[in-house]
Amino acid sequence: MAADGHGHSPIEQFEIKELLPIDIFGIDASLTNSGAYMLVALGLIFGFLYFSTGGRSLVPTRLQSISELIYEFVANTVRENVGSQGMQFFPLVFSLFIFVLVLNLLGMIPIPGVTFTVTSHIAITASLALMVISIVVFYGLYKHGLGFFKIFVPSGVPLALYPLLIPIEIISFISRPISLSVRLFANMLAGHIALKIFAGFIGVLLGAGVWAVLAPLPLALTVALTALEVLVAVLQAYVFAVLTCIYLSDAVHGSH
Amino acid sequence: MAEKSHTTGTAGAQGAQDPHSAAAAGAHDVTTSTGARGDAHGGSTFPPFNSETFAPQLVWLVLTFTLLYVLMSRLVLPRIGEIIDERRERIQRDLDTAERLKTDTDKAIANYEKAFADARANAGSIARETREKLDQKVSARQAAADADNSAQIAAAEKSIQETRSKALANVNEIAAEVAGAVIKQLINTDVPASDIRAALPGRAS
Repeated sequence: MAADGHGHSPIEQFEIKELLPIDIFGIDASLTNSGAYMLVALGLIFGFLYFSTGGRSLVPTRLQSISELIYEFVANTVRENVGSQGMQFFPLVFSLFIFVLVLNLLGMIPIPGVTFTVTSHIAITASLALMVISIVVFYGLYKHGLGFFKIFVPSGVPLALYPLLIPIEIISFISRPISLSVRLFANMLAGHIALKIFAGFIGVLLGAGVWAVLAPLPLALTVALTALEVLVAVLQAYVFAVLTCIYLSDAVHGSH
Repeated sequence: MAEKSHTTGTAGAQGAQDPHSAAAAGAHDVTTSTGARGDAHGGSTFPPFNSETFAPQLVWLVLTFTLLYVLMSRLVLPRIGEIIDERRERIQRDLDTAERLKTDTDKAIANYEKAFADARANAGSIARETREKLDQKVSARQAAADADNSAQIAAAEKSIQETRSKALANVNEIAAEVAGAVIKQLINTDVPASDIRAALPGRAS
């Protein structure tokens, strides 16, 4: 296996490395590479959005235009999926989208021994998904009271089917945070593992005498996979935002 | 500085090593033993499922995401929203102004065309009036000329008539004289001129 000959397992890139141990009231709050990446992402996001729009130009500069495009893109996504009443959740969806997007993309920048993808950890994606579902549940209960639970009752269905359909609806609701978190986590994890494995093949083939002539094959595949992974990084951030909007739509509009 | 490895559960096994190098090399050393070959050392887990690392990840997630949310919702998004709204308003205002100017232009063109049509109608009526006036003058002059002519004709006819009647009267005189002379020559009798005159037929008037 490649990991033996060349020292690097495809799993190594997911290791959490402690940079600065911090302990707050018995809670391990150490700054790790994950935390550092999140801080970098926060700095990049805020720095870019804040300073690119500093000019407040009527005719936008290129950077301001990018900020405005992201803003309009997310705003339209929220408006289309939740409606104009959902615009109160726009900052949340925007933060989620840009946070996941930048963390995904930062993971695509190869820095030997450093590169880390925060969103390839289930703890992160599950927390974000749980936050979204909690907001959906609490806002739904706050807005519709117990009527919120009507979302489990499909409309226009014969009464006889209720015993069958209501459990299905409840299961589907409960599986939402799971699918939301696992989708992002698994995409990031699998993509990076695949990249690492194919990149490892290049090294293996180069060290295998005559077989070195085959080395360009995994190289080409790695290049193609890298492009695919960039696409996946953007797409998964978008999917996360869109699904958040769809779930929020239930909370805003009640039964469907 | 207490070094603690979150990398795997094998931190304890490495604890005997120098703690500083453990942090630096730990990840590297340990991972070679974790990945493909599985849990040969026991206790090592797939990093995303290593629950020891959850707490620090979540602490920093909460910290950074909360900060991000506050910065986005308080500073960045209102600012971008303002810029976009301002631009939309400005464009709307400009479009409104353009619309207004267009209406004004249309109105001015309509006014011009009305004035033009009025002037044209005016010119037409002036021409017609002039023509009528001239026609009247011409016919008046013609009438005057006609009257003049007929008066002259009448006068001429009158003078012809007079001349003729005068001539005819003279003819009677001559006839009477001639008759008197003839009678004198034939019968040598003087017949009074008045008798002769009375005897003449159709005394000319």
